[in-house]
Amino acid sequence: MKLFRTLLIAAAASAAPLPALAQSITVDITGGISSPMPIAIPSMPTPAIAPTPAGDTAALGRQVAEVITNDLRNSGLFQPIGPSALGQVSFAQVTAPDFPHWVGTGAQALVQGFAQANGDGTITVGCYLYDVFAGTEMTRQGFVVSPANWRRAAHKCADTVYTRLTGEGPYFDSRVVYVSETGPKTKRIKRLAIMDQDGANHRFLTNGQNIVLTPRFAPNQQTIVYMSFVNDRPRVYVYDVGSGRQRLVLDQANMTFAPRFSPDGRFIVFSMAVNGNTDIYRVPATGGAAQRLTTSPGIDTAASYSPDGSRIVFESDRGGTQQIYVMSADGSGQQRISFGSGRYATPVWSPRGDLIAFTKIGGGFRIGIMAPDGSGEKTLTDAWQDEGPSWSPNGRVIMFFRTAQGSGKADLWSVDLTGVNEKRVPTPLDGSDPAWGPLLP
Amino acid sequence: MQNLTTKLLAAAALVAVAGCAKKAPEQLPPPPPTETTPAPETSQPTGPVGSTVVPGSKEDFLQQVGSDRVLFATDQYDLSGEARATLDSQAAWLAKYPNVRITIEGHADERGTREYNLALGDRRANSAKNYLATKIDAGRISTVSYGKERPEVAGSDEGAWAQNRRAVTVVITGM
Repeated sequence: MKLFRTLLIAAAASAAPLPALAQSITVDITGGISSPMPIAIPSMPTPAIAPTPAGDTAALGRQVAEVITNDLRNSGLFQPIGPSALGQVSFAQVTAPDFPHWVGTGAQALVQGFAQANGDGTITVGCYLYDVFAGTEMTRQGFVVSPANWRRAAHKCADTVYTRLTGEGPYFDSRVVYVSETGPKTKRIKRLAIMDQDGANHRFLTNGQNIVLTPRFAPNQQTIVYMSFVNDRPRVYVYDVGSGRQRLVLDQANMTFAPRFSPDGRFIVFSMAVNGNTDIYRVPATGGAAQRLTTSPGIDTAASYSPDGSRIVFESDRGGTQQIYVMSADGSGQQRISFGSGRYATPVWSPRGDLIAFTKIGGGFRIGIMAPDGSGEKTLTDAWQDEGPSWSPNGRVIMFFRTAQGSGKADLWSVDLTGVNEKRVPTPLDGSDPAWGPLLP
Repeated sequence: MQNLTTKLLAAAALVAVAGCAKKAPEQLPPPPPTETTPAPETSQPTGPVGSTVVPGSKEDFLQQVGSDRVLFATDQYDLSGEARATLDSQAAWLAKYPNVRITIEGHADERGTREYNLALGDRRANSAKNYLATKIDAGRISTVSYGKERPEVAGSDEGAWAQNRRAVTVVITGM
């Protein structure tokens, strides 16, 4: 069932942006937060107030604008002026903005739109981006969704604005699976939970009876691979999001852990501990025989595929301390790439392929990035214990978890590649091991 | 109430079955106590004679061995002299009760990444297992790693971490 459709609202929609506009108004994503772009997002009017199961279209129009405001603010690249600080826009003004008024607000860009109930039970959210000083339209899109999915329409609109103004790929319309934690430090209860990237639509997937760790989405996001202590035998399972059923990936006695899907979804790479020695293996996602990829006597773990599936980055202490290595997907050509001071753990390949995020251990635990050849190392965070990085779908933001000294309480955080825009991700309880899924289909 | 009664009956049935099963090995363990007494929880006299502790039980193990656990240095899994002495006392007790099976739980302190600590806990559990296996049948020993997920002590200082870097021997009953 296709819940989501994208349409161009009018033939006039700018398929190819005007070069002059591209020069006049863009956001520099590499320069840090020196000057976030002021952008106005007034409440979205409705042509006719109509009830929907998610509220009437007037209320939805305001909520959509609020979600867009929140997304753009979280990116660190914008200084949004949201609906609570702006007056109501008429439906007629959506396509004919009062530009002199918007110049007066200090906004350089303007996001307008509408929320409309269609006869078939769906709603349309229109999304328009304007260059305030030039007085011109930059792009427009419309999103048809079921009313229950109104937040996705808002994220799609925010993605449209973000992509048009930064030149980067979208990432707001995506979800996160993570480990929700509660209880005393010596007896933490850990449950799988799933939510939108902004914390909305939160849902628990497991009941906390067993410790669960390291969940990772399959590329199609219909299944999640993770590790569970079912019957006190820690092993890798696949969880089906639709049915809630779980399946043991490899039926044998040893501990299996640190699983991750290949980008095409055909394989699961994981670690297995046999008599105190941990190596990396892969197994067909549908089950079958495991193939051993590493044979060192050290701890080889935390494997992560390159986005083209040809290589695997992992950590190993074969040289004495935890360091990052890269190998071909068949296990050949293992090569160390980290050579800085301290130890390196939990490497994760960016979906863009250009960077590897990791946990840097030395003094504290910090999140860092480097190129796949080990060059250009940079540390992004500084706290007592940050670990477990996971990439946004566009490879511009990293989510990780931060554990507090003493209490052991952990929270989810995000940081962009500049290292400046660091934010806590809201969760109902404590959280760890976030895995940011790909853009929703 | 009815459910409770059913459960109690089921429990009684299990006890009876367990009693039968214990007859299988003819001479090895001392006879089980004839009366069912609640498991003692408070501290017991150190002398084994006359105590209500069942020989070969979890409680007996905890009383008779030097310790149920061995501790490790940071990021290490080799056994200290003290650890070997502890495991020697465990092996001596286990030799007396050859039907008892054990699980060795390996743990790490919080100052490591999650995945690595799972592997490190596995190393520690296997380090203790391999030592015991020189003295008792390795088939009686299983291992499990909890990584840093189940610390014994909640603090974030060296004193707490030293107690959390451990391999704990747990007697399995009813096997």
